[in-house]
Amino acid sequence: MDFPLFHLDWLNNRFLIAVIAILHVLINHGLAVGFIPYITWLEYKGVKNSPSNQITDFEWDNFIYKKMKVAFIITTTIGAMTGVGIWFSAALISPSSIASLIRVFFWAWFIEWIVFVTEVVLILIYFLTWKNANKSLHSKMRHIRFGWFLAVFSWITMALIVAILGFMMDPGNWNNDHSLINGVFNPIYLPQLLFRTPTAMLVGGVYGMTLAFFFARKNKELLKRSVKLSSKWILVWAPLSLFAAFNYWNVLPEAMVENMSTAVGTMDFQEYYDILKIVIIVAISSVLILAMFGVFTPSKIKMWMVVIPCFFVFGFLGMFERVREFIRKPYVIGGYMYSNLLRVEDYPLYKKDGVLKHATYASTTEITEENKIEAGRDVFMLTCSRCHTAKGVNSITYVFERMYGFGKPLDVASVAGYIPNMHMGRTYMPPFPGNEKELDALAHFIKSLQTSGESVEGAQTKGVKINPVNSVEQFKK
Amino acid sequence: MLFKVSTPIPKDIPLELPLPEWLLVTLLIVSFLAHIIFINLMLGGSIITLWAQIKGLKNKEYDTFAHEVAKTITVNKSMAVVLGVAPLLCINTLYTIYFYSANALTGFAWILIIPLVTVAFLLTYLHKYTWDALAESRRVHIGIIATAVGIFLFIPLIFLTNVNLLMFPEKWGTVSGFLDALVLPNVFPRYFEFLGACITITGVFLVGYHKRLRYRVEKLYTELTRNDLMKLGYNIAFIGLGLQILFGVVVVLTLPSKGYGFDVLISVISAGVMLVISAIYTWKSMVAAPENRIYYGKIVTFVLFYLVIYGGSRQMYRHNALSPHQKLVAAKTKEFQKQSEDARLHPVIETVEADTTLGEFAVGAGLFKKNCSSCHQEKEKLVGPPMTEMVSIYKENRDGLKAWIKAPGKKRPDYPQMPSFGSLSEGDLDELSKYILSINSK
Ligand code: HEC
Ligand code: HEC
Repeated sequence: MDFPLFHLDWLNNRFLIAVIAILHVLINHGLAVGFIPYITWLEYKGVKNSPSNQITDFEWDNFIYKKMKVAFIITTTIGAMTGVGIWFSAALISPSSIASLIRVFFWAWFIEWIVFVTEVVLILIYFLTWKNANKSLHSKMRHIRFGWFLAVFSWITMALIVAILGFMMDPGNWNNDHSLINGVFNPIYLPQLLFRTPTAMLVGGVYGMTLAFFFARKNKELLKRSVKLSSKWILVWAPLSLFAAFNYWNVLPEAMVENMSTAVGTMDFQEYYDILKIVIIVAISSVLILAMFGVFTPSKIKMWMVVIPCFFVFGFLGMFERVREFIRKPYVIGGYMYSNLLRVEDYPLYKKDGVLKHATYASTTEITEENKIEAGRDVFMLTCSRCHTAKGVNSITYVFERMYGFGKPLDVASVAGYIPNMHMGRTYMPPFPGNEKELDALAHFIKSLQTSGESVEGAQTKGVKINPVNSVEQFKK
Repeated sequence: MLFKVSTPIPKDIPLELPLPEWLLVTLLIVSFLAHIIFINLMLGGSIITLWAQIKGLKNKEYDTFAHEVAKTITVNKSMAVVLGVAPLLCINTLYTIYFYSANALTGFAWILIIPLVTVAFLLTYLHKYTWDALAESRRVHIGIIATAVGIFLFIPLIFLTNVNLLMFPEKWGTVSGFLDALVLPNVFPRYFEFLGACITITGVFLVGYHKRLRYRVEKLYTELTRNDLMKLGYNIAFIGLGLQILFGVVVVLTLPSKGYGFDVLISVISAGVMLVISAIYTWKSMVAAPENRIYYGKIVTFVLFYLVIYGGSRQMYRHNALSPHQKLVAAKTKEFQKQSEDARLHPVIETVEADTTLGEFAVGAGLFKKNCSSCHQEKEKLVGPPMTEMVSIYKENRDGLKAWIKAPGKKRPDYPQMPSFGSLSEGDLDELSKYILSINSK
């Protein structure tokens, strides 16, 4: 409505956000939140298991240092930048929603920032002073203490961000009383945090075990010890993670569960209702089995046996995030703003006046026979483009043809008949906001796409046309 | 007024600012200062590293110097990124409409920042951790840092283009893509002034770095002394200050008149004075004997003052440039909210068109047309089966039909899933099913 709309007509806008966000979670959970305490614990084990006349077992210590080096490099590059990237991409694709969230959560984000800065300073200290700290037992123990601090701060960053994510899914009481505290203590918060914490630990352990095969390939004894300890670590966290996953599943509001099947794949897979559940069970059980073998017969474990569960866990985390992204549809902010970036409370006005009249950027407001297609394109941009493309992934012609038959010309009346009801059966879509004329224009535009094969360009390449009704000149009159 | 034809007035986010505007502005300026100093050090540091390493091909001592500077880049870059989050948050909150509009209009370049910076960061680590491994292939090693520097040099252009574009809503209708926005007046002068600042800050930093007595110069270098290294720092800072003064003048001259005011002018001039004073002290330090270099504290102070005042003047300019437009946006937002409230109180009542000729089936037919006709026709298959088929299934089982409509199952393998109509009332379902089942007998 109020922003020039960035649009990726080939990849789909959601895809951009999803790729960045999933990559970030895989790194943040696996290599920061879950990894740091794992590394610190192993560092401590090195000190504990060394002969009393030595500060630590230096071979072991160096091996753990190498694991940490991988985490350090990745978290401070890809990890940090994808974190910023979530913001950048959200601001491009979903500007109104991120803008609203920032107004509500300014202080939460500000505190998050302070925690962040602390986290970065601590990780710099922890990693860069590792070797120097090996000079005396005293400095080694202090170093380990830094590790624990860092672990705590990594966890706090996650805890804060989960509050914001949880809020987007279900703002709880916030709709009645727009305050920060209500937003933070929304009903999904604790279950989500309870789930993410042990899962991050689990993933950290799995990554750690995988890395062991790179850095201790030649040293069988080292590898065996590492596999055994990692397995113990996993055995502690896996059951908690499984339990918390089901708890989380149970508290998701009813309506969201209804959307779940489409969330996982596409509608074609509606029958595979329980696919996510199965993936979770398979992933965590395979990790559990691995860990049990790892504790009792660590020398039998081969690299592939670790890599496979590692991929399962990737799949499961990725899927979890995708589902989380999806199940809040049709809202970006539950009950307050739809995913098409229109506020629920403004719908009556749009129904009355149409959306074009209130759009800052639109080529026309008076729909005529001649400009119908152009107007339809604007309506598409305003009401469908956050989730559908004209030509690419989840394209609008594809979804209609799937219903009315591939290769057949679409019937404008049927398309126009479907759209006003689309939110009833397909609860993941917001209701169509526009008026009758706009509906007709949209239907004509969608039909025209079938023959033109046009791809709709976003503001980043095409620029914007300022709606004359909403220009400074007009407003001053 | 300054508005030309077609300046858009978007509506603002109708939620209160979470903190008073003056506080937000203060947070913006202070946090931005912290961020930009580390950016300066990161960019300036990598340029100096590249230069020193090339020089190091002939003179081993400079290779060592390059290594020492390189170690600081990876630390400074981590700080730069994390400190950037706060000013980003502040500018997002303070200039929501303006910032996001500029972002979208330069969208591809804007999002490219993420992968580009990631690659550059990875390259700086690669460069740092292959110092010994690539000792024999120095050119390849230099290539790594050169690529990183290339990327680092490009990124600020994207940021500057955005913060420049956000001040000119009247231009939004005229740009299509990043390149259009890049060539708007004032982006390049500001960019070169910024590069100057990177060199200056890095030079000052290097003086301080080598000043520390704890830092064992003699352990690392054979020829270069602490004195040489500090002098090198002063030289670098002096070059940077020269660039800054030169391009600072260009910035002032090319800035569109829109946001100028007395306040901006005074602060820009004071900022210039700070630069000149810093340059004079730096010059004095360059030419002085080591024991007479007593101006370091003064230089640091004046450079910092300069940064604060320059940052402040940017904010004043932005404020002046945007405040008339912001007032219009606020008025428009208010007007819209009022209209929206009216519409909420008096919504358009949607009536189901009832074709009265159908008699007792009129309501049901209307409901069918509205809810079902996009997928069901009377005699032919559309998305779902025709009505005649419904009748043959449910003729004797009206409750079954109603149950299906509320919660459809999945029967025909080659059909998609029918949506559920849980929102229809019991009364609607009665009318609807009455109508459907009337079809054949009519
Ligand atoms: C919140 C995101 C979102 C918005 C906004 C949205 N859709 Fe959809 N739509 C979806 C998703 C997700 C699907 C399911 C895609 C799949 O099955 O793979 C879908 C499916 C569809 C289908 C196929 C439904 C079926 O029964 O098979 C149609 C038709 C459709 N959308 C039309 C539209 C139109 C027209 C608009 C704009 C007025 C729109 N959508 C806006 C997300 C959205
Ligand atoms: C999005 C398209 C769509 C809409 C809208 C729709 N249906 Fe259907 N309907 C279908 C499809 C597809 C089937 C076949 C489902 C199957 O067999 O799995 C179907 C099947 C049916 C059947 C046959 C049930 C059976 O037992 O075989 C009935 C009755 C029916 N629809 C009634 C309705 C009514 C009444 C409405 C309006 C309130 C409606 N449909 C709206 C797509 C739709």
